[in-house]
Amino acid sequence: MKNTQVAIIGAGPAGLAAAIEIASAGGKVTLFDENQKPGGQLFKQIHKFFGSREHKAGTRGFRIAEKLLQDTEELGVEVLLDSPVYNVFDNFTVGYINSNKEQALQAEKIILATGASENALAFPGGTLPGVMGAGAAQTMINVNRVLPGKEIIMIGSGNVGLIVSYQLMQAGADVVALVEAASGIGGYGVHAGKIRRAGVPLYTSHTVKDVVGENCVEEAVIVELDENWQQIEGTEKHIKADTICVSVGLNPLTELARLVGCDFTFIPALGGHVPEHDKNMETTVKGFYVAGDISGVEEASSAMEEGRLAGIACAESLGLYDNQKASELKQEVWTRLDTLRKGPFGQKRKDEKDKLIKLAEGGEQIG
Amino acid sequence: MRVKSHPILGEDYRSEFVDITVDGKKIKAMAGEPIAAALLAAGIKIFRNTPKTGQPRGIFCGIGRCTDCVMTVNGVPNVRTCVTPVEEGMVVETQIGHGRWGENK
Repeated sequence: MKNTQVAIIGAGPAGLAAAIEIASAGGKVTLFDENQKPGGQLFKQIHKFFGSREHKAGTRGFRIAEKLLQDTEELGVEVLLDSPVYNVFDNFTVGYINSNKEQALQAEKIILATGASENALAFPGGTLPGVMGAGAAQTMINVNRVLPGKEIIMIGSGNVGLIVSYQLMQAGADVVALVEAASGIGGYGVHAGKIRRAGVPLYTSHTVKDVVGENCVEEAVIVELDENWQQIEGTEKHIKADTICVSVGLNPLTELARLVGCDFTFIPALGGHVPEHDKNMETTVKGFYVAGDISGVEEASSAMEEGRLAGIACAESLGLYDNQKASELKQEVWTRLDTLRKGPFGQKRKDEKDKLIKLAEGGEQIG
Repeated sequence: MRVKSHPILGEDYRSEFVDITVDGKKIKAMAGEPIAAALLAAGIKIFRNTPKTGQPRGIFCGIGRCTDCVMTVNGVPNVRTCVTPVEEGMVVETQIGHGRWGENK
């Protein structure tokens, strides 16, 4: 059987950052991804990142991905693409499919960096062709350079909804409405301002009541909500559209963490059920680490930092770094993570992350 | 609809095409793109009909999770078109219900 020191599942920002850390420390890494290309969702992120310079602020997402891939290549990280991992067995054997064949790889440590998937929203007509995740539309325009439609309604005004609305316009579509059930915009004001200035009508305290069409989306009916989130009769508006994009949050892709028996907790602000992990990103199953959206939905900058943390912790436990060197490196990452988790949007995530870490560390003492 | 020029990404200089057949009709696809992208570019939005009520379905998640976009490809049903790249001569069919295994396998 093939073997490696650390198997990383998922070659997005978290997995790539973790791989680079371990390989830099001299460890042998194998990185798995089910897709044809590594990079995760970074290649569709054509906007400039936020934060400070050490977080690559001002750099566009796909440029960050190019750099991560270049580093993994220079460091000789083994990347297995088109290789979905279906299970990890008791003795750290990774079961995966490649070339339509079951294969296995023996690892010493495993990092799960599987990311997240978009939430769906139930409404009449929600299954019609033309209703899709905002992320799916973003992949189509920015990676495949195909417009899914011409007249688009965006549901949800978090940063994904705002950024993808703007990018749909950059790709040549009209965003005919942005619909938000809450009374205020969910994402950053700077993103909202961009689409407002471009003339997109923003409907706060509104939801989609119905989407109609013979075989595809042709029209949406939106309706105003009262302070109890109830539809106000008589406020319906009919809007012609061929595409409805849904951006109502994401949920962590945790199947593998479930399979190996990690303890979970439910934290809505982090996307739902998340595996508990300590300050080293290690789960309640020794030797299994998590990084990025699987450990709570945030964004790519914090995913990369978490990947680095998990990578350094793995390198330490394999004896590639002594304790002092490792704790210095980890402290640097924690300082940057704390900076990312500041402000009205970040602080809430930090509070919830701290809860998650307390649970895992408390569990260790009891267990 | 293809995005030919883009304010951030610039011109699309890709020029390598492959021919695929969709429900008997030939369409041009960009080499290496997912089947779903080629179909949307050709204005095709309905990928399958559901088993019980025959309702139309198209792409939803775009990352291979939801399986709403499955079609019969080269005679094999339930292929996730959002994560399967096109290949020269590929035969793609709208999937009715659970689909049927064809002779192209």
